Amino acid sequence: MTLLEQFHLWLANMWPGWEWLAYVIAAIVGVVIILGFLLIMVLVFIWFERRLLGRFQIRLGPNRLGPEGIFQPIATAVKILLKEDIVPAKGDKVLHWLAPVIVFVPVLLIFAVVPFGQRAILTDLNVGIVYVVAISSISAVGVYTAGWASNNKYALISALRTVAQMVSYELPVVLSIIGVVLMVGSLSMTEIVESQNIPFILLQPLGFVIFFLGTLAEMNRSPFDLLEADSEIVAGYHIEYSGMKFAMFFLGEYGHALAYSCIVATLYLGGWQGPLLPPIIWFLIKVIAVFSVIVWMRATLPRLRVDQLMGFAWKGLLPMAVINLFIIAAEVLWLSEITPWLMVAVNFVFAGVLVLLWSKLFTLGGGRVEV
Amino acid sequence: MTIRAEPFILNMGPQHPSTHGVFRMRVTLDGEVIVDLEPVIGYLHRGIEKLGETRTYTQIVPLTDRLDYVASMTNNFAYVLAVEKLAGIEVPERAEYLRIIMAETMRIASHLMAVGFFLNDLGAMMTPVLYMWREREKLLDLYEMVCGQRLTYNYMRIGGVSQDIPEEFLPALKKFVAEMPRFIDEYDQLLSLNEVVLARTKGVGILPKDTAINTAASGPVLRASGVKWDLRKADPYSIYDRFDFEVPVGSLGDNYDRYWVRMQEMRQSVRILEQAIVQLPEGEVCARVPQLLRPPIGEVYGHIEAPKGELGFYLVSDNSIAPYRFHIRPPTLINLTALKDMVVGWKVADLIITFGSIDVCLGEIDR
Repeated sequence: MTLLEQFHLWLANMWPGWEWLAYVIAAIVGVVIILGFLLIMVLVFIWFERRLLGRFQIRLGPNRLGPEGIFQPIATAVKILLKEDIVPAKGDKVLHWLAPVIVFVPVLLIFAVVPFGQRAILTDLNVGIVYVVAISSISAVGVYTAGWASNNKYALISALRTVAQMVSYELPVVLSIIGVVLMVGSLSMTEIVESQNIPFILLQPLGFVIFFLGTLAEMNRSPFDLLEADSEIVAGYHIEYSGMKFAMFFLGEYGHALAYSCIVATLYLGGWQGPLLPPIIWFLIKVIAVFSVIVWMRATLPRLRVDQLMGFAWKGLLPMAVINLFIIAAEVLWLSEITPWLMVAVNFVFAGVLVLLWSKLFTLGGGRVEV
Repeated sequence: MTIRAEPFILNMGPQHPSTHGVFRMRVTLDGEVIVDLEPVIGYLHRGIEKLGETRTYTQIVPLTDRLDYVASMTNNFAYVLAVEKLAGIEVPERAEYLRIIMAETMRIASHLMAVGFFLNDLGAMMTPVLYMWREREKLLDLYEMVCGQRLTYNYMRIGGVSQDIPEEFLPALKKFVAEMPRFIDEYDQLLSLNEVVLARTKGVGILPKDTAINTAASGPVLRASGVKWDLRKADPYSIYDRFDFEVPVGSLGDNYDRYWVRMQEMRQSVRILEQAIVQLPEGEVCARVPQLLRPPIGEVYGHIEAPKGELGFYLVSDNSIAPYRFHIRPPTLINLTALKDMVVGWKVADLIITFGSIDVCLGEIDR
């Protein structure tokens, strides 16, 4: 039973005859907690990313507003909200309004199944991870809508890239998730965390790498940030957005990063499990560790080209994900009795061999087209 | 139902983060593939050539600063060399060495920025640029010491340089020269074998040798295509014949070669600087030249190997205090003419990096 359900029952027992009110209050409390967590963590992430990028780029980063510049994201938010809302003259006004909503709402919905602690989860769906995959795909529709409704050529190129990229990277991501699900034997997020006596990053290193790279592409982070590609298509799909609508995209983007950091921490890093510290602290430590790696990659790597990006998904990640799935399935079927640490060693060897093999066989291709 | 498909025209620039100024391209795209490209220039036109005809020979020096503002010292250098050739002025030894020091540090500063922004165009989110600026800052500090300016120096004079270097200059320069090879190694380690950089740049935006020669390309763009043509060797000006250095040459002429040639040229510039510091003599820094110079009637074309290519000044004198005709041969305008041949058939992302690899400066293209 989750903490929220317990709270609901307690309220319902306290006011007999007012069960519906107890249900409404419990639901609102849950939503407020999730929304508060999301908004505060997004502000923390923005600050954290800027400061960390500053360190990577031998500069200070924002440090004027408040101690160590922690109020800078708030100033940024105020600035964005005060901007004029501009709709392109020949854009589709309804879709232009709708797109930020379509991008942001799914991100919010993901948090319904993120386990912050042993029972601290909004709802422990028995199909939790499938729900995450299904919900997060909707964002692609929003991005495409934004690109189309803006009546801007850069935005259109970005929108077309979105569809290709998000559809391609869904497959390796899902296949690597199946590896986890096979080992756990359940789709519930809580059970996935509870079955990780050894974090799955050790048991399935290859699956983790595929999942992590796939999610980087899903949330448009460097080196797969082709949708926003500053130097090519300026800002991509949100080039024509300003004010609150832009804030929604901004929030959606960082919310996506936060959501996927949470999912990576849940699936592969053992979620809230950890010694000594309370579960929520462990969870946050792991989330921020994942996000730091994301920022690190953003600060280091150049961007792939669009055809190389697709090639990387279909020729690199997808076959490896399939092989990884077969290896995990075989291990679950025949080797479930051996000690987990032996399995860790075997899987690391497999991962190393496969990555080396692929780096020899597969090159990021593409070339000139005869015009 | 048939779907009607047609190429569409994308107007890149003049306000675009990767056009390095106010360059505009009308790009015809078929999806992501470039079908046609038409460069549109002139957004930064200031009429420097015509303006030069109304200024005295000395007053033109600050105008040349405004050409290639990333490497303004070499612009000064090319101009004063042309005037000295026209008027037959002898330059003191120390001034020659100071000029070489300035020209070579400027080459490093310009290449640092070129390589940094090239990687920025690749999508490396400012990190390489900021690391390269760490070095460029040191050079700008050096320039500030000698002339008080950090961008438009106006340091060269007809007959020498405006003033002698202060005493803290040489130790700072020696420190820089000693440290620089290590920093170039660091960049090499980070970037030259980076899988993504290789995948994005190798074989992309090829400028074949004969096309490069036919378009009169010069500088790193020409040398990356495999032509060993460096004015410091081919037509030694000033005192370049006294220094021992190599001319790095690429093989294929792709974006990676252009990047690689610049990295190697920085190493060679450090070599020249090492020799120049040792050989630097004492003495005067400027010859005695009349304030209102009246060169004899005639014409002259003086050219140097600027960081971006062959920078030439064509002057016609009618024995008055201002040139009768003042014309500039900017390297990047002529290198840019090859852009269409390099990018047609490639994707939008390749256009951006190929344009970045030419290393243009709009102040010079539009004049």
